[in-house]
Amino acid sequence: MSVSEQTAAPAGAVPEGAAHVAHDATTPAHHTSTGLSNEKLAMWLFLGSECLLFGGLISTFLLYRTREVTAGPPVGDIYDIPFTSVSSFVLLMSSLTMVLALSSIQRADHRRARTWLLTTALLGATFVAGQVYEFTTFVREGLGYTTNLQGSAFYTLTGFHGVHVTLGILMLLSLFVMSLRGRLPSGRAETVEIVGLYWHFVDIVWIIIFTLVYLIPA
Amino acid sequence: MSEQTTAQVEHEEYEAQTEHGAHDHPGERTYVGIALILAVLTAAEVATYYFEDQLGGLLVPSLIIMMIVKFFLVVAWFMHLRFDSNLFTRMFVSGLLLAVGVYLAALATFRFFG
Repeated sequence: MSVSEQTAAPAGAVPEGAAHVAHDATTPAHHTSTGLSNEKLAMWLFLGSECLLFGGLISTFLLYRTREVTAGPPVGDIYDIPFTSVSSFVLLMSSLTMVLALSSIQRADHRRARTWLLTTALLGATFVAGQVYEFTTFVREGLGYTTNLQGSAFYTLTGFHGVHVTLGILMLLSLFVMSLRGRLPSGRAETVEIVGLYWHFVDIVWIIIFTLVYLIPA
Repeated sequence: MSEQTTAQVEHEEYEAQTEHGAHDHPGERTYVGIALILAVLTAAEVATYYFEDQLGGLLVPSLIIMMIVKFFLVVAWFMHLRFDSNLFTRMFVSGLLLAVGVYLAALATFRFFG
């Protein structure tokens, strides 16, 4: 398919009812021993293993945050809950724009798909920028990476999450460029779905971090 | 071929590739509805920060319940586990249960030997 053909799809070219697109989970189109897409299976397996990574990091933070602090401020004393709430909301809404991108590409509405992909990347970048601001504020308040155990556990957990968001942004921008070059037709909607799975996972990890780390008092 | 026809043909080709024995994804209105519920829950979570004293012992259980509901909504609807093969669900839940097991083991270790 040429670039002109792909980009030709006008907004809303296919009616809303057609958004109920068929799903490929059990389709014979996947000639695999499970009948499922291997790529999607691999992504779910990867996400299952990621649960262990973040489970370990969250556990470490929860265990260390009740320890007595000998140097620097306790991390719970310097949280800026209103600011973090806005960041959390931004990341949550990026999950909506991600599914809208997938829905658009499945309907061959490439222009809208690109708009939603770019919006998702921008919302992710806003979240990461907020995290960088939060880290610099904490350092100014006297909580460095090695100041105390709480700080180390906090920076490691939220830093790892921030790296995941950044990788997700890079994947989204790659999809955007692929679509611009006409290399992301509807037949490859599963690629967007797989990146979407990763993005939503990053979002659900933050849902847990926001509650357990920020909102529940030590 | 007109622009609209091109998009429709591409969409029909996509559906033809994926329709056999398939499940339906929800439409965009459903996604927006789920996002609204998530936004309301987030607002409720943030509100607990300002009413910490009034909530007392209800604070932690209410936050945990809202977190689980938000988690479930994103996984079931946005990640399509509700409509997908059970194998994906089993893989994800296995990782999740292992992670909870790791936390409980670490907690027990610190409590008894820390």
